[in-house]
Amino acid sequence: MRIVATYNIKGGVGKTAAAVNLSHLAARDGLRVLLADLDPQAAASYLFRVRPRVKGGGAALIRGSRDLDKAIKGTDFERLDLLPADFTFRNLDLILDATKRPAQRLARLLRPLRASYDLVFLDCPPGISLLSESVLYAADLVLAPIIPTTLSLRTLDQLTEFIAGMNGHRPAVLAFCSMIDRRKRLHKEIAERLPAERDDVAATAIPALSMVERMAVDRAPVTAFAPRSAGARAYASLWAEVRARVG
Amino acid sequence: MSVPSRNFAYTGTERPVADVVRDALGPRFSVVPARRSRTLRRTWLDTFDWRLHRAGLTLECVTGHGPAELVLSDTGGGRITAAANGTHWPAPADGLPSGPLRDRLAGLTFVRALLPAAKAASTVSEFRLRNDDDKTVAWLTVDRLHAAGPAADPPARLSVTAVRGYTGQAERIGRCLAAQPGMAAAELAPLDAVLATEGRVPGEYTNKITVELTPAMPASMALAAVLTRLLDTLTANVAGTIRDIDTEFLHDLRVSVRRTRTALKLGAGLLPPGLADRYAPGFKWLGDLTTPTRDLDVYLLSFDAMAAGLTSASPADLAPFHGHLARQRAVAQRRLARALRSARFTALLADWRGELTRTAPPRRGPDAAQAAARIIRRAHRRVLIRGSAITPESPPENLHDLRKRCKELRYSLEFFASLYDPPALRRAVRELKDLQDCLGTYQDCQVQQEEIRVIAADMLAAGDVPATALLAMGDLASHIGQRERTARGEFASRFTAFASQHAQARFRALVAGAGS
Repeated sequence: MRIVATYNIKGGVGKTAAAVNLSHLAARDGLRVLLADLDPQAAASYLFRVRPRVKGGGAALIRGSRDLDKAIKGTDFERLDLLPADFTFRNLDLILDATKRPAQRLARLLRPLRASYDLVFLDCPPGISLLSESVLYAADLVLAPIIPTTLSLRTLDQLTEFIAGMNGHRPAVLAFCSMIDRRKRLHKEIAERLPAERDDVAATAIPALSMVERMAVDRAPVTAFAPRSAGARAYASLWAEVRARVG
Repeated sequence: MSVPSRNFAYTGTERPVADVVRDALGPRFSVVPARRSRTLRRTWLDTFDWRLHRAGLTLECVTGHGPAELVLSDTGGGRITAAANGTHWPAPADGLPSGPLRDRLAGLTFVRALLPAAKAASTVSEFRLRNDDDKTVAWLTVDRLHAAGPAADPPARLSVTAVRGYTGQAERIGRCLAAQPGMAAAELAPLDAVLATEGRVPGEYTNKITVELTPAMPASMALAAVLTRLLDTLTANVAGTIRDIDTEFLHDLRVSVRRTRTALKLGAGLLPPGLADRYAPGFKWLGDLTTPTRDLDVYLLSFDAMAAGLTSASPADLAPFHGHLARQRAVAQRRLARALRSARFTALLADWRGELTRTAPPRRGPDAAQAAARIIRRAHRRVLIRGSAITPESPPENLHDLRKRCKELRYSLEFFASLYDPPALRRAVRELKDLQDCLGTYQDCQVQQEEIRVIAADMLAAGDVPATALLAMGDLASHIGQRERTARGEFASRFTAFASQHAQARFRALVAGAGS
């Protein structure tokens, strides 16, 4: 079982859209996939029409009084399951802080699922916190969407520095340019230049398209309801790069 | 994670099933077609003796638009699939594409081939069942089976499978469907439903003598029931033996013949005068016909294990010998198949069935319990007498003769099994089997050693045998000789255990307890 975290310190950069579409593509490729919606905003749960509620809340899951396995819901797609968000996930930092070895907690909770899934996506809330530390410790690959602006690039450097400073396990990082506005020259320039300059940036860039935004209306991955659209093709290309990295 | 399904049979025909389901579930749940209906050709496969069914497994070869797929499912909802890769049936499990499905089947079906047990066309429609969030909470599969024969099709089968985490809503759906007129819990699995249209049931074949006798019934009627059952088993195995589907068809046919001969011999007095004498030669002829092929089957089935035990030669050196055995077997099999297609064989079975059908209850005579006790006691006494007379110096023929007497005793116990206490009977058979296994190994080794000598001489005379093969055959003969000596050495202790005072007392109690 490999674990991919869609993560960025910044919010609103396309983490959830990436997690939802890539998990759908991975399941369509025959992998058994779990998407864990760790963001209390519950956008991934909403997109899969799953009510954002976990019995006992985040505390029960993190403390282990409720099995992760029992909280998982099937999506409408074969081989793709979802661990729904819960509003109490806003307190995951506090809950983790009250446990032993909080940074390793998430990895330990996911371990029993090894036989059931080939790939787990962790859709994380923005920010650097104890939860993000736990996510980074659990992940094999951190998939970081970045909007091609100078300030966003700084957050990628902050992330890679943070990971470099971690003790023990360090996940690989793969950034990708997200929400590219083709009308902005700076977006285009950075999206073309970055993959050539840095090994940790994917060649695929995800454009800002109204079809991707339609996901919230159709409440499904764009790769499912418009599989031949430009947005779906971009995610398919990104998935090919991610798949090559996670094996 | 597999989620168990709830299955319904719908017998209504007036309205499309989807409309019935929509009415039953609306407005709380919506019914949305998941994909276009498709027609599949389904062939259920099992061994002739239903080993998969008995192990709680179902194997199907499903052909739709794409390549044929094998689906192995268990009663717990587990499923393994594999590409059929153009496999032609019957086929041994070893011939399937390698993978988990073949691994699961290989040991279970060992020796037996997989062959079609039933065939049907199947029109499958799938629907999503959605809640008021438009979330799919369960899948509905409607399966309409169209059996191959002229009989009416089985009722449509509806399966509701909960999406993970939505068991509660799926149960509610199940309750709504169950309340619909014409809807009932599906009692039959699809295979059972197709077989039922032909008046068949899964697991219908067994080589066991499954007749239910009562102690008070006339002994002649009991024996006729046993003989009829043996004739049915014999007949069931003829086609498979002629087609040479697997070696067990001949084995079961041969055992039926032996059992029939034993019943004719030990129960002659219970049959109409002269009947046993008239038919004994015919069944002896049939038994003798089966011997060459079966002896070679035994040899070939144990060949790899024997070859693996060679010490001074390589198993590969035995290839010419194996080839010779296989050619001999092919010749013997052709001869056997010819005989089984002959008018003499057909007449034997037809006449014999006619005789059994004409058997009428006698005005007087022993009941089944009395006759069974007499036959079994006599057979037991013969084993004790012949066995006690065997010393370390006794010739092999004496042991062969004892083996035959043991078989007679075993068959007698099997004929009348339904009259006795099952645990006590199982114990008696187990004790007898220990002795039989020892005698069987001893005789098989003798036959095989003799076979090696004859074949070596033939191969040498034909001038087509390399020296390495002859040396390996010598090595093999030496190993078989060692096994033979071991079996001979074990005989005394096995017989002593069988003939012990305790074992004899248990045996007497068993026979005396018929029907109690």
